[in-house]
Formats: sequence, C-alpha cells, structure tokens
Amino acid sequence: MNILSLFPAIPLLMMLGLWLSRNKKQIHAVMVTGASLLLGLSIALVFIYLGMRADGHDSGMVLTDSLMWYKPLNIEYSVGVDGISVAMILLSAIIVFTGTFASWKMTDGVKEFFMWFCLLSVGVFGFFISVDLFTMFMFYEVALIPMYLLIGVWGTGKKEYSAMKLTLMLMGGSALILIGILGIYFGSGAVTMNINEIAALDNIPLSMQRVWFPIVFVGFGVLGALFPFHTWSPDGHASAPTAVSMLHAGVLMKLGGYGCFRIAMYLLPDAAQELSWIFIILTTISVVYGAFSACVQTDLKYINAYSSVSHCGLVLFAILMMNATASTGAVLQMLSHGLMTALFFALIGMIYGRTHTRDIRELSGLMKIMPFLSVCYVIAGLANLGLPGLSGFVAEMTIFNGAFMLDDTFHRVVTVIACTSIVITAVYILRLVGKILYGTCTNPEHLKLTDATWDEKLAVVVLIAAIAGLGLFPLWMSDMISDSVLPVISHILN
Amino acid sequence: MDYSAIFSYMYTEIALAGVIVAVLLYDLIAGERGRRYFQTFVCLLMLFFVAGTVYPYHGGTADVFGGMYQYTPVAGIVKSILAIGTLIVFLQSDAWLSREDTRFKRGEFYVLTLSTLLGMDFMVSAGHFMMFFIGMELASVPMACLVAFDKYKGNSAEAGAKFILSALFASGLMLYGISFFYGTAGTLYFEDMAAKIDGSPLQILSLVFFFTGLGFKLSLVPFHLWTADTYQGAPTSVTSYLSVVSKAAAAFILTVIFVKVFPSVSDYWQLMLYIVIVLSITVANVFAIRQKNLKRFMAFSSISQAGYIMLGVICGTPYGMTSLIFYLLVYMAANLAAFGVISTVEQHSGGKTGIEDYNGLYRTNPKLAVIMTLALFSLAGIPPFAGFFSKFFIFAAAFEQGFHVLVFIALINTVISLYYYLLIVKAMFITPNENPVPAFRSDRGTRLSLLLCLAGIIALGIVSSVFDGIGLYSFGM
Repeated sequence: MNILSLFPAIPLLMMLGLWLSRNKKQIHAVMVTGASLLLGLSIALVFIYLGMRADGHDSGMVLTDSLMWYKPLNIEYSVGVDGISVAMILLSAIIVFTGTFASWKMTDGVKEFFMWFCLLSVGVFGFFISVDLFTMFMFYEVALIPMYLLIGVWGTGKKEYSAMKLTLMLMGGSALILIGILGIYFGSGAVTMNINEIAALDNIPLSMQRVWFPIVFVGFGVLGALFPFHTWSPDGHASAPTAVSMLHAGVLMKLGGYGCFRIAMYLLPDAAQELSWIFIILTTISVVYGAFSACVQTDLKYINAYSSVSHCGLVLFAILMMNATASTGAVLQMLSHGLMTALFFALIGMIYGRTHTRDIRELSGLMKIMPFLSVCYVIAGLANLGLPGLSGFVAEMTIFNGAFMLDDTFHRVVTVIACTSIVITAVYILRLVGKILYGTCTNPEHLKLTDATWDEKLAVVVLIAAIAGLGLFPLWMSDMISDSVLPVISHILN
Repeated sequence: MDYSAIFSYMYTEIALAGVIVAVLLYDLIAGERGRRYFQTFVCLLMLFFVAGTVYPYHGGTADVFGGMYQYTPVAGIVKSILAIGTLIVFLQSDAWLSREDTRFKRGEFYVLTLSTLLGMDFMVSAGHFMMFFIGMELASVPMACLVAFDKYKGNSAEAGAKFILSALFASGLMLYGISFFYGTAGTLYFEDMAAKIDGSPLQILSLVFFFTGLGFKLSLVPFHLWTADTYQGAPTSVTSYLSVVSKAAAAFILTVIFVKVFPSVSDYWQLMLYIVIVLSITVANVFAIRQKNLKRFMAFSSISQAGYIMLGVICGTPYGMTSLIFYLLVYMAANLAAFGVISTVEQHSGGKTGIEDYNGLYRTNPKLAVIMTLALFSLAGIPPFAGFFSKFFIFAAAFEQGFHVLVFIALINTVISLYYYLLIVKAMFITPNENPVPAFRSDRGTRLSLLLCLAGIIALGIVSSVFDGIGLYSFGM
C-alpha cells in the first residue's frame, strides 16, 4: 500500500479504536497514539519527498498510485503529492496533534466528539492526497459534514444557528464545485478524472471555462472565506469548541485556497487569467474588511475569526496574482495562518475555560495571573501582525513581494490597499494584548485562576515551535513549495 | 404454444405466485401457535425467493406470450431489488402486526403485499400496454387495502379512501391515454408502436394522459396531493413499502416505455419531465421544511427524491438507466432504514411520530439515532454514504445529456434538502428534552433489517462492484 493512503486510514482506525474504547483513558490513548503517528508520518513524508526530489524525480506529483474505482465515469482512487500538499499534510498533522491535547479536559460525550473529529481529519487528509476530481470532492464533503454536529452539540453560544449556517453555506459552495467538476470533466472530453491528465490535455474551450471558472472558484472560495461568502466563518468559529475551531480555521479553510489553486486555476487557466480581476477585487475587500471588522469586535473568538477572514483573503489574493513568488507566499501563508490561528484558538479556549468569558471588556491583567498563557498569547499576536522571525512575516513578505512584481496600475493599487491590512492587524492585536493581558486585574474572581497544565503547555509549545521554526528557517519550506508551484504557474500562464 | 418458455423466462412471477399460495395455505393451516412464527416463515420464504431469482439466468432478452411479457436482464435486476425491499419491510413489520388489533390478520398483510409485488413484477416486464395496465392495477388495488389496514383508526381509513380515489382517477386517465394510442397506432405492443409514433397532436395528448397516470403513482408534483395524507395515515410499514417499492417499479417502467416506445417524440417528454422535475424537487423541499410529523416529512422527502429519480429517466441512455437503478437501490436502503426507525419508535412509544418527539433520542436510544442520521445523510447525498454516489452518478448522467441548468437546480435543492434533514438530526442530537422516548430494545426482525439497511448505506457506494454489476448485466457496459 502507498504510504499516502495511511493518512486517511489512520484516522479511520482511530475511529474504530474509539468505538471500542470504554473509558476516557483508553480514548486518550487511542487519540494520542494516532495523532502522534500521523505527526511522525507527516514529518517522514517531508523527508521522503525532499529525498525523492533530490534524486531527480519529476517536479509534478510523486508517490502516485491509482486504483480504478468506477469504470463508467473513469473515477479512480488516485493519490499523489507535491510540495504544496506535503506542506498541507504536515500542517494538518500538527493541528490534529495539538487539537487532541487542547481538548484534553473535555468531559461531555468525549468518545463521540473524537470520533467526529477523526472523521473530519479523514476528509482533510484525503483531500490533500487526492489527485482525482471525484475522490477529492468526496473527501472535501467528508470534512464538512462532521462540523454540523461538532458545533451543534459541543459548541457554545448560539451554536445551533451557527452550525446550520456554516453547514449550509459550505454545502452550497460544494454544490457549485460539483457542477464545476462535471463541467470540467465533460468539457475536457477526458477519459480520466485525474487532475494532472486533464491539465495536460488542456482542451476545455474558453467559452466553457468562462462559465465554470467563477463557479468553481466561488465554490471553493466559500470555504476560503471569500467576501461576500465569509459570513459563516465568524459565527462558526465563535461557536465551535476549541479543537474544532483550531482544525477548522487552521486546516479546513485551507482546503478552499488549495482547491482554488489546484482545481479552479490549474484546470481552467485561460478563464482564470481573464476573470481574475473580479476576484482580486473581492479578495482585497476580504483582506481589508476582515481586518477592520476585527478591530471593533469584543469577543476574543470573533476577533480571531475576522482576522482569519483577512488572512485567508490574503491567500486567495496571492494565488490570483499568478506568479511564482506570490503563490509560494500563498502556501506559506496557509501554513503560517494555520499554525497561528490554531494557537490563538487554543489559547482562547484555555482562557475561556478558566474565566468563562471571552468578552475583552471583562478581562484584564491576565499576565500576572497566568503568565505562561499570556506570553504565548503575545507570541501568537506578534506572529499574526507579521513580526520578523515568526512565520507571519515570511509569508506576507513573500506575498507582497510577489504582488508588487506586477507593475500595471490595477495590481499596484490593490496591492497597496491590501498592504494596509498589516497596519490594521497591528492595531487590533496590540489593542487586544494591552487590554486583556496588561494593566491590573479588575475581577477578583480571576485572581484565583491557575496557569496552564501540562497538556495545554504541550499543545501550545508544539505550535509555537512550528511558528518559530517556519519564521527562522523559512528557506527549506519555501524552496520545497516554490519548486512545486512553478510548474502549476507556468501551466496557468501558458 | 411452447409452455417451456413460460417457465424458463417467467420464473420470478411463477415463484412469487408459489410463495403467495404457500402463505395463504399457512394462514389457513397454522393454528394460533403457528401464527406466532408467521414472520419467520414468510421471511424465510422470501429469502429463498430472492436467492433463487436474484441471478439473471438468461443473458439476452426474450418474448413470452407473443411479446405481451418481455424478459430482460435489467428487469430481472429491478425485480430482485423490489423483492429485497419487500423482505426488509416484512422484517420491520412484526412489532406492528403482533399488536392486539392486527394480530388476527397477519396473513392478509403478507398476502396483500406479495400480490402488489406480483403486480409490479408483471408491470416491470410488460411488453404491451394492457399487460402493463393489468400489472399496475394488481399493484394498486391491494395497496389501497394495505393503506387502510388499521381500519378502526380514522386516519388510516381516510388515507385508504384518498389513495383508492386518486389511484382510480389516475388509472382512468391513463386508460384514456392508452385508448388514444390504440386508436392512432393500431397496436399496443411496445415493439410495434415505436414505428407508429409520429408526434401527431393526439398522440402527444395521450402521452400527457399516460404520464399523468404514472405521475400519480410516482407522486410527482403536481400529482402529489394524495401523498402526505396517505403516508401519514397508513401504517408505517405500509408507508415505507409505498414510498420505496411501488415507486421504484413505476420509475423503472416509465423509463422503459419512454425509451422503447417514444424515442421519436423525446423532445416532448423531456420537456414535460424537465418541468415536473423542477417542480417536484423544489415544491417538495419547500413543503418538507414546514412539517411537524415525521411521516408527512418523509412523504415530502420522497416526493423530492422522486424528482431526483426522474433525472435518470430524462437521460434515456443506458448509463442513465444504470444510474437510475443504482439510485433506486440506494434510496431503498436509506428510506427503509429511516422508516424502520420511525416504525419501531412508533410501536415502542405509544404511537409517537412527531418530529418533536424525537428530541433527545440520542440520549436514550443512541443506536437508532445514529442509524436515522446515517439514513438521512445518505438521502441528502453526504459522502461517504451511498446516497452521495448515487446522486453524483445520476447528476453526471443528466449533465452528459446537456441538462446543465437542470442539474444546477437539482444541486441547489440538495442544499435545501440538507437543511431539513439536518433539522431531524438536530432534534435527535442537540435539542434538549425533559422526557424523551424511553430506551427500548427493538424486536429481532427490525434489528436485522436495520443492520441490512446500514450495510447498504455504507457499502453500496464504496464497493463499486454493485454499480458495475448493474451496468454489466443490464447493458454489457
């Protein structure tokens, strides 16, 4: 069996293990074993991939394998990875690992929670390893539907409303994707659903591309929080339990960007060039609007959710620039945003678990009470506003660098507008840090609170290590990514 | 006349007639004690029947009675699907049939249901409009008795009356259309008629009459008005039979007749279907959202599912037909699972079928709640459950024939349908309830049937050989 198939297989086995386990101890054992296995495997995958590239393997997909599934429609279970998907798999494994520890103290319906959580990861990993349109779409939907119950049952606040809104909006997006996939498959006249082979054929007529490109791009864009289809995101993230927010903002939203890049733009390149300006405008609005909205929120999770809208908007913004530098930056931003937003949500979950409020007006002076969590919160904030040495700087620097390479007026203007988000981000992050961490604690109840426990520390430290690692040694990751971005970009431009 | 052909090609119907006779005799001979094992007896018989007829013994097609009855491998597959559906319904019905007021007429239930099945088998294999009509009547008259089976309950009797009246009206319309066919074509054999259909206004009119008649059976909008009341009033086992088995047979024969007899006027019936599909899916979805009773809810859900099934009919290609049959099979697994849960909850909670009664079901009966959820997910087309695959295939088939906008409308409607399916999931998992349906253990038959359906929901999609097998045996694809 191909090593890649292990990624969806392990969460499936974890589900089986969870189903059989009888108490919380066994549940934790299954989760920790599985999540560590996934993390180890994904790190191994990075080295295997780099090794194979060093040996002179093709810069397209490696570790490919395919199995005929439904012959009449040429549906195959075909897998393969390039540098982009390897990076995404690594990100997913880190988030699943830390998410497990972040929900360590959960008490209600632990078994069911983790079972749905594992199903979600089956979908995520399956999506990133697939190179077949149908299989990819199937895993995409597998990743969406557990969200309904995860938010609806274990969430907080107006959870039923948020869960329904999120599910329906994302499913609406996936309906668009489905019709786009059919359009691509029948339009290309291909006898395969393999993405690379359809791209190599490259014979979808422009008139059809003009129809399918916006449909597919919006379909994936819904998950990538594309303005004006982002409204599920703040409500959904705010209501979700900690680990689900982490996985959802950290990984699931990246499915949108990845799909836009890999399917919408790669398979419909001509229309992508022609129509990109519409979506560039929309993503610029996402970037700036998200940042401004974050400034006026009072709920910690809402602030972070709008910040995610802004940062994920930047991902879509960068891939629409259609040059190698900006697109490499987009993938780096996916990684960086995934890690730091997961860190944020984890910390917010830990703070909320102690103070039982997420309203910044009721929080203050936490630095003295829980110094560990507070310092980590500052680090997450600094990564978010793009401090050099942390991952956010690397990603945004690359994106804006790439965007400035396009020297026509339109691209210059939108890039400058998008750049302002860096400043706005600094405004809301610093305001937040100043308000809730420093100063004196006004609520006497909060004085009794304790700092992080070992499981929380583990989750947080792993994430910070990854953020700092990416920030301090960006080259090995960005080389791996740009190596795989190049062929895609050159295909789109030709 | 060569009688050996009858036995060699009509083996399904002959075997089924044998089963009916055996059940009738058992009802006569068995005493009070023997009848306790009635369900076991019938289910075993059905099992042998399914096992004996599931394999298509002949590769090609053949005519019996000079073309009145046509043997085709694809019809054989549909008959097996119908028989399996009937078997699952029988497995689920024991709790209801053991009740005080129905105990003495168990035999009637089985015989009547099997008679409708026999009628559908004849209908599916018809090669002549008369044969088709007789089969359809044989399927609908006992069905009316079944709908009114709980005759002391007002709403069951009312449902029976509504059903028989609308069924008769539909039959009348259809017969009127068929008589015009005879008048213009001079024959009612499917094979001979195709050449005589020239699209004259009278023929188009009779095509509309004919379609209206079958539209009633399929409960397509705008012929659906009887559906909700009948589904709600009928005993739950009968409702599930009505929603799955009888619908599957009608959908299949509709495709066969359109493809075989009316290929020359395909523009007309495709337009007709187009409108009916859009109406069925949309109207039913909108109405389903407002329902408070789960059986009525399932009625609207099945109207909208019938709209999706028609997407396979509108293609008129072998691939579309394969997708249609696969869709029917998957729909059967999911719908029978949902009705199995509804039925067993109804029997163990003193007749609760309201959606609010399901609040908090997961706390007390987690297994039933999970099965219900998976069934609804499959109906909504969520992967990795079979419904996702069947929907994808049927959409692909329609898309291939150029119905892009229609597929788009259908896809938007799947999102709406997801909304109301999730409302049930929400009731079971999320909404708190002071006194939910207490925990109970279903009878053995129901558990077995739910297990079968669950296996179908999970495996039918992932295991590609079922879909491939249907295509291979039916069309050599």
